[in-house]
Amino acid sequence: MTSALGDYAGVVLSAYGAGLGLIGILVAVSLWQHRRARAALDRIEQGRDG
Amino acid sequence: MSIWEYANPKKFLSATTPALPWVFGAAFSCLAVGLIWGFFLTPNAERFQSTVKIIYLHVPSAMMAINAWGMMLVASLIWLIRRHHVSALAAKAAAPVGLVMTLVALVTGAIWGQPMWGTWWAWDPRLTSFLILFLFYLGYMALWAAIEDADTAADLTSVLCIVGSVFAVLSRYAVNFWAQGLHQGASLSLDARENVSDVYWQPLVLCIAGFILLFLGLVLLRTGTEIRLRRIRALQARSTRAEAAA
Repeated sequence: MTSALGDYAGVVLSAYGAGLGLIGILVAVSLWQHRRARAALDRIEQGRDG
Repeated sequence: MSIWEYANPKKFLSATTPALPWVFGAAFSCLAVGLIWGFFLTPNAERFQSTVKIIYLHVPSAMMAINAWGMMLVASLIWLIRRHHVSALAAKAAAPVGLVMTLVALVTGAIWGQPMWGTWWAWDPRLTSFLILFLFYLGYMALWAAIEDADTAADLTSVLCIVGSVFAVLSRYAVNFWAQGLHQGASLSLDARENVSDVYWQPLVLCIAGFILLFLGLVLLRTGTEIRLRRIRALQARSTRAEAAA
């Protein structure tokens, strides 16, 4: 694979690593915050109903 | 049925929650096919060699960095004119997504620029306007975090968003305005002569569609989070008042 990328293999792979890594962190943090908020709201609303 | 019905938080959540898996599914499918196609199945370019493959991350993220601010501007104007809370929360939710898109564009651009230009960074009009856009995103998010009253925060951040729109437009057209610097012109254009060649254009369009869908999915998800957090704060404030009155 890296041979197909030639002399710039490091450049291309580091750009993909950095770009996809940042997007992965954004998606993971967004999902985690969403689940945490949903669980907290469910807890509070169950407490009110109970 | 009117679009303004979705300004109701409950209606917004009930409409967007079932759609989210489909939006994310479509986004990741487009990205997977576009990136694999672009990375493995396109040839190296004569001038850029294999670094041309960075285009599949760099161009869509740069486009979304600018368009995210455009979406925030529309949502902010809706808040200022019609006072729909969901629109203010949607603008707030889009800011971290736009920030990361700007960062991806800056980082992949710097990595790409080093072998092509011989430097990671230059005070080129497009690069500089993108850095300013990045700082505007940071300032916008800091302003939301700094103000306790949600409506005041929405008002002030909306004004900041309008001011920052100047730099979003500058980021897009900086190359055309100043016609100088290291950065090349637009890779995609309605003028076919300015476009990249078809062999790169087809997977690039797929990656752009993936980024647009990913942005849409993340904004819907994060707006849902913001609506729930606001509901939690309202319920907590209500129970605190009830305890104080008892």
